[in-house]
Amino acid sequence: MKLDRGFFKFLSIGLISSWLVLFVFFPNLLVVITSFLTRDPVDLVAAQPSIDSYARTFDWLYLQVLWDSLKMSLLATFACLLLGYPFAMAVASLSKRWQAIMLFLLIVPFWTNSLVRTYAIQFMLGKHGLINQFLLFSGIIDKPLDLLYTQFAVILGLCYILLPFMIFPLYSSLEKLDTRLYKAATDLGANSWSRFRLITIPLTLPGIVAGCLMVFLPSMGMFYIADLLGGAKNLLLGNVIKTQFLNTADWPFGSAFSVIMMLLLGAMLWLYYRATRYVSKKGGIDGADF
Amino acid sequence: MARISKALYLTILMLLLYVPIFILVVNSFNASKYGIKWTGFSTKWYEKLVQNDALIQAALNSLTVSIIAATMATVIGTLAAVALYRYDFKGKKFLSGMVFVSMLTPDIVMAIALLIVFITLGISLGFISLLIAHITFCLPFVIIAVYARLNDFDKRMILAARDLGASEWRIFRLVILPLILPAVVSGWLLSFTLSLDDVIVSAFVTGPGYEILPLKVYSMVKVGVSPEVNAISTILLVVSLLIVIASQLIVRKDKTL
Repeated sequence: MKLDRGFFKFLSIGLISSWLVLFVFFPNLLVVITSFLTRDPVDLVAAQPSIDSYARTFDWLYLQVLWDSLKMSLLATFACLLLGYPFAMAVASLSKRWQAIMLFLLIVPFWTNSLVRTYAIQFMLGKHGLINQFLLFSGIIDKPLDLLYTQFAVILGLCYILLPFMIFPLYSSLEKLDTRLYKAATDLGANSWSRFRLITIPLTLPGIVAGCLMVFLPSMGMFYIADLLGGAKNLLLGNVIKTQFLNTADWPFGSAFSVIMMLLLGAMLWLYYRATRYVSKKGGIDGADF
Repeated sequence: MARISKALYLTILMLLLYVPIFILVVNSFNASKYGIKWTGFSTKWYEKLVQNDALIQAALNSLTVSIIAATMATVIGTLAAVALYRYDFKGKKFLSGMVFVSMLTPDIVMAIALLIVFITLGISLGFISLLIAHITFCLPFVIIAVYARLNDFDKRMILAARDLGASEWRIFRLVILPLILPAVVSGWLLSFTLSLDDVIVSAFVTGPGYEILPLKVYSMVKVGVSPEVNAISTILLVVSLLIVIASQLIVRKDKTL
């Protein structure tokens, strides 16, 4: 029995440890190392340490892209939060059965690949697309709008693809909320706005930060949305990284951008940690998992 | 009033989420090539699709990768969750930290990290690299789903089973597995969904020898409109729905036993 217990333990721990070390830890380490090396025309990367790649991210051209990418991602995140919060609140107030149905309905679109869905959006936004036709038909405009290949189109696409990722963490923190707090607040004379402002928002802060994290960071990488909806001008950070890796073969430079994204992730995780600490101090609810 | 506006909001947002998919499905039956106007019902895109071997092959490849990756991620992830829950060992903190980080790592970062590692280790880009990548990004979701479920149940059941002389494998099969089955199934479903939906990681780690649907579509869409894409997407959506319904039925059946 001793042996058998040992074997099961050895197998399960060994399997996951080796997988994670080989395909998560080691690769990320390599990215960091690569970002400090020099580009080599023959072997892709030369073992010549340098911080050149980081210096180049401060190039005016790339700063511009970085700024545009950040701006579009931030706006998309904000829009997702504004749309998703009421949605998650409404879902959390439904019966258990309907909650399950709504969550299921949020997942179904993912079985159509997001690239294909982006293609469908491209189709809707075009000069003769559904939206322009509808607006022309109803007489709101008399010339088709240039919707496609704008920053607006990219933001809309990001929002559309990533909205569920905002809703899920929001829903799970709203669902955990102790509803007795509302009753207590009402008894003490609070109206619905102050209940929302003083109870709901602060106690779902971890969900808000988690949702923003799940939308903001991925949104910067979604190169295919920028490609299909933004045209050649409205690039995301993902487009830059992709070009460095798949077209110009400048791996150190691409890796440097990737390290910057990881640093952003670290900063947001810190924010998340602060938010959960804040909530567990204020509301006594453990929000460590989402 | 509040109830009605709530229901209205939920309905409208949900409808908006489905509009592009609806257009896709409708257009797959539209006789017009550009799909701007409805020019009559037609199945000609499906007929054309049947002749487009490359596209069908890509769709089949996508399904194959998703099913195998989801299954392997579920097996490894379930074992990992059980190990993290039951045992104390050196480096446990490090391990759970890596699970957490890999769940949150943006796709593009994971994509290049895996590309670099495949090149470094000399793994050629194709089916195997694609599979490894998909398993890697699905794993944390399975681990977290199963772990959450394990945290909910009574640890004494395992102790009781051991007192009665059950071997470790029997404990896993007869006590733990039945209890975590719903989480295992939802972990599989989530993995399948993530894998089928992925574009970013796949774009980096697959080679020309093994084409999957999103990348095929990507190259087709860049060239011009191709209504066959609508047709194959519709078929894939239906197939995914069938797979999910089947898996749900299996769980239901298990519960009644």
